[in-house]
Amino acid sequence: MANVSMGAPPTRKAMEAEERPAARSNLSRERLRSAWLFLTPMLLVLALVAGWPLIETIYYSFTNASLSNIDGAEWVGLRNYWEYVDYGDGEGEYFGLFFDSQWWNAVWNTVYYTVISVSIETVLGLAFALVLNAEFKGRALVRAAVLIPWAIPTIVSAKMWAWMMNDQFGILNDMLMTVGIISSPVAWTADPDTAMWAVIMVDVWKTTPFMALLILAGLQMVPGDVYEAAKIDGIHPVKVFWKVTLPLIRPAILVAVIFRALDALRVFDLIYVLTPNNTDTKTMSVFAQENLFQFDKFAYGSAASTFLFLVIAFITLFYIKVARLDLGGKGR
Amino acid sequence: MIRLSTLAACAGLGALLAAQPAISAELSIALGSIGKDVEEMRTQLSKFTEETGHTVKIVEMPASTTDQFGQYRLWLAAQNADIDVYRTDVIWAPQLAANLVDLSEAMADRVDQHLPSVIQSQTVDGKLVAFPMYTDAPALYYRTDLLEKYGKEVPTTWEELAATAKEIQDAEREAGNSQMNGFVFQGAPYEGLTCDGLEWVASHGGGTIVDENGEITINNEKAAAALEKAKGWVGSIAPSGVLSYKEEESRGVWQTGNAVFMRNWPYAYPLGNGDDSAVKGKFDVAPLPAGAESGESAACLGGWNLAVSQYSEDQEAAIELVRFLTSEQSQKERAIMTARLPTIAALYDDPEVAEAQPIVAEWDTVVESAVPRPSAPTKSQYNEVSKEFWTAVNETLAGRGTAADNLDQLENRLRRLKRSGWE
Repeated sequence: MANVSMGAPPTRKAMEAEERPAARSNLSRERLRSAWLFLTPMLLVLALVAGWPLIETIYYSFTNASLSNIDGAEWVGLRNYWEYVDYGDGEGEYFGLFFDSQWWNAVWNTVYYTVISVSIETVLGLAFALVLNAEFKGRALVRAAVLIPWAIPTIVSAKMWAWMMNDQFGILNDMLMTVGIISSPVAWTADPDTAMWAVIMVDVWKTTPFMALLILAGLQMVPGDVYEAAKIDGIHPVKVFWKVTLPLIRPAILVAVIFRALDALRVFDLIYVLTPNNTDTKTMSVFAQENLFQFDKFAYGSAASTFLFLVIAFITLFYIKVARLDLGGKGR
Repeated sequence: MIRLSTLAACAGLGALLAAQPAISAELSIALGSIGKDVEEMRTQLSKFTEETGHTVKIVEMPASTTDQFGQYRLWLAAQNADIDVYRTDVIWAPQLAANLVDLSEAMADRVDQHLPSVIQSQTVDGKLVAFPMYTDAPALYYRTDLLEKYGKEVPTTWEELAATAKEIQDAEREAGNSQMNGFVFQGAPYEGLTCDGLEWVASHGGGTIVDENGEITINNEKAAAALEKAKGWVGSIAPSGVLSYKEEESRGVWQTGNAVFMRNWPYAYPLGNGDDSAVKGKFDVAPLPAGAESGESAACLGGWNLAVSQYSEDQEAAIELVRFLTSEQSQKERAIMTARLPTIAALYDDPEVAEAQPIVAEWDTVVESAVPRPSAPTKSQYNEVSKEFWTAVNETLAGRGTAADNLDQLENRLRRLKRSGWE
């Protein structure tokens, strides 16, 4: 979704900035027109595959649609979000997404999962990137090998880990018991204390390579002469890292973090396949899916999806603001 | 514009051509795969093709009924014409009725053969939405060799089950069999746990969550006591991983010889006697234990049916397939091969079935008294009712809150769902 607003305007802005000094000549108008011409197909496709479904979802969240009667949906205003039902005897109750404790639990689970997993992935990814950036024998091979977890489809790796973490036949329990760290098998994905951490661990295993790759790209942009200068000045390598490397790759890290965070906030497949989907691990997407397709509450599920979109949009905007991220690629 | 209309004309022509009655139809059937279901289906379908010339493609679905339902609901809402016949769970009829073909006329000559309660469960407002393929009622599987070794009787109450399971499990572990568990069941938060939970509650006299008139009855002391008892099993006689077990996971533990008792459906019977099974010839089945006070055993009524999609392009051939797969001959073959319980009463006395799968012959009384889930009174809201129930049970088993508190909360949630009435 975020791409819609990020993709198109910078190009236009850049074009306008170029134009301003000169009076609008025929040439620049011509160029502007051809730029729009080139952009239109992409904008149309985006509007069709991203914009339209989004607007549909938002629309349905204000109706009483159900999957068995989707065409007969009627407008009900904010009822899916907020409703006070008066029982007529002086008592009443609030209904709707805002008053659904299970929804807020799902929101909390998602945010918790995102913050922890993305933090770990960033630190580990940075470490991996630093190692992969160094010169050593067989570097190309290691670089390729590191990417394997990222290349495996989530559904496959989730199932694979589910078997490894199985309480009876799982290799994880077997190894830990042989070493003597645990005395009896642990039900990793079912136990309330370990379920979310099991998910986070698998996600870290899977997406650290992605982080490493993005940060490595940033590292390779750092010119070698700054390191040479630091070396001549006799600066300690740790200080070089904090004062030279980190500030220079900061933009790359920030972009990598937002990519990952957007992905993590809408996590579905990993949780759905790996865990038994109880209160400990249910995320916003799982909640929405359940209401959309399992229950006869398409409208309520749409409201949850809309809210999920708003949460992601809000967090993204907030992050861009705080991190002063420049997605236009101008002032570096 | 001209091009568009040409395209539309072409598409229209194509549709016309496709709608021509074909001599041999190509059908698709969607079914979940548990145990040998798909293998068995393939055998019967090849006979169907021989007889009629129609070919049938199997669309294999996940084992979890909850996952299947989500997909079917979506396909039906999208008016998908790719699937002609769905294998539907006994609880789905009221929720999917609008999208399925009324079979009452096509099946009029067969209806009387089948168990009236099953036919009743598939009839929604006078419309027969699906026709029974087999019915289901769970069993307590027990290890004859272990009970004999420790001189124990087959338990008839849950207390006896827990005590026997504990004793044998501990003794076996002492003897170096560290993988041994007392009891495995289905504890994952999904439809299966609603069955297990309903059995515990109903056998203790705690009712059926929502009664026939739609009144919410779940918040009572007997139900709380039943769930507290079950909570005591997790981590003691049942592995703590049972909270993520569905049918196949519990069968995995059982069939590798690592459990004294298992609650499961009859399909596990022939599989347990398969050549690759560690418990082959070492087990038998009994009805589920009863609650100590009520003295009654409760078995959750399961079973699967065949429904024809309203959006199928060849409904006649699809109905032919349903007739074939639900016929007496097919039900008999199915019972012999996979111990799936017939819905034709006469088959329970069939000597060939009894010889191949003794469990089927013994199970007619269990099927007769099986407890239905409240899918009829709660109508299209059943899935959500069921989810709230299995969540409460799962939380209790996981040790989050007492049974009484969780049932209290469950009642509130169900009230909120129901408001002025189920719809």
